Amino acid sequence: MAEVVAVIASTHHPFYYRASTATGEDRPPFADEWVRKVEAFRQTLTRADPDVLVMVGSDHFHQLWLDNMPQFLVGKAPFYDANFYNEEREFGLPRMLFKGQEDLSAYILREGLDAGFDLAFSNELRIDHSITCPIITLRPQNDLPIVPVYTNIFAPPLPRPGRFVALGRTIRQLVESWPADRRVAIIGTGHLSLELGGPRQFGPHGPDPEFDRKAVEWISTGDIEGCLSEVTLDSLWEPGNATHGFMDFMLMMGVAGEGRKADYVDTYDLFHTMEAYFTWYPSGGGSA
Amino acid sequence: MSKYLLNKFLFTVDRDPELVERYREEPRATVEWWESEYANRILGCHTGESSTWLRFDDVEREALAAHDYPRLFELGAHPFLTLTLFIAMFERDHPPLGFQLEYARRLSHMRLPYPDIAT
Repeated sequence: MAEVVAVIASTHHPFYYRASTATGEDRPPFADEWVRKVEAFRQTLTRADPDVLVMVGSDHFHQLWLDNMPQFLVGKAPFYDANFYNEEREFGLPRMLFKGQEDLSAYILREGLDAGFDLAFSNELRIDHSITCPIITLRPQNDLPIVPVYTNIFAPPLPRPGRFVALGRTIRQLVESWPADRRVAIIGTGHLSLELGGPRQFGPHGPDPEFDRKAVEWISTGDIEGCLSEVTLDSLWEPGNATHGFMDFMLMMGVAGEGRKADYVDTYDLFHTMEAYFTWYPSGGGSA
Repeated sequence: MSKYLLNKFLFTVDRDPELVERYREEPRATVEWWESEYANRILGCHTGESSTWLRFDDVEREALAAHDYPRLFELGAHPFLTLTLFIAMFERDHPPLGFQLEYARRLSHMRLPYPDIAT
């Protein structure tokens, strides 16, 4: 059977690539410390020595559109092109190409359907910065095959938070029952408090530092029950109008498990949003 | 009222570099052209199988034609789509982050709960 060698939850910040590669006057003052934190975070994946990555993210109205919107979708393709024109335009992100772990995609789809999740699938999926950002931060050599999993945190009606947690638990079980001798890391990205296109956007911090503090506490202590007791689809509007991306963190808490403390926690308070990085090692180790 | 059609305009213009420039330079003409030629295209179908019923109401058409992004927010257009397209059109006219902060300021009268964006 496959082994889950690392569970990683992270914010995805599309400005990291440009900030980390900028030089001279173009390099923002927060870049050096950001790079240092990201490189330390990267080590937590490297140390787990994975050979397949399950990548949980959310399409930002790139390929998935309101005339045919899936709630949860699994890519099943041998390759995935990545990043879109408007991400090159706004963030300077490069075009990328990923290999797909198609047999694991097929397994997750079949077993996931049988486990009660009516997963949509795509045989030709172009993935966006919710998945390319963590590759850029955590695995810049982009040498491992992936299974992309997309969630709808963007276009109401959304699944409720508990459904994200349940899908995370199921993904963990499915990867661990995959009959292949492979080392799998499950990586998901979302947001803490975030406002986009609203009056609280691009402030000196995230729009709701108190929510961010609580969120980091829930995630780092694996307090799924406490998190679910406070977080609802309605409540998530209050910390910022894009904060439903936090439900991808809740999905990753489901992957990691109730009460499972993160083995690595780091945060970085930037203008506009707080960065947050978490790693769990299910077998307690972290080395191959 | 069609939040869906507002979003469809923002989505289809934002992903097309030529349309982004056209909408920046000639917003009213672009909105009129788009409503007559593009609004009913089903994006996953060929043009012979378009829809027949989609149109803006007067308030929506005017908000788009006037580049009135605070009004689009009030109408429940998806804030991410609006922001992304308007950054593409107008960030270039401002110092770094200047447009994003002006955008926030022009929405500063909005209070929770924000307008419903469900389509």
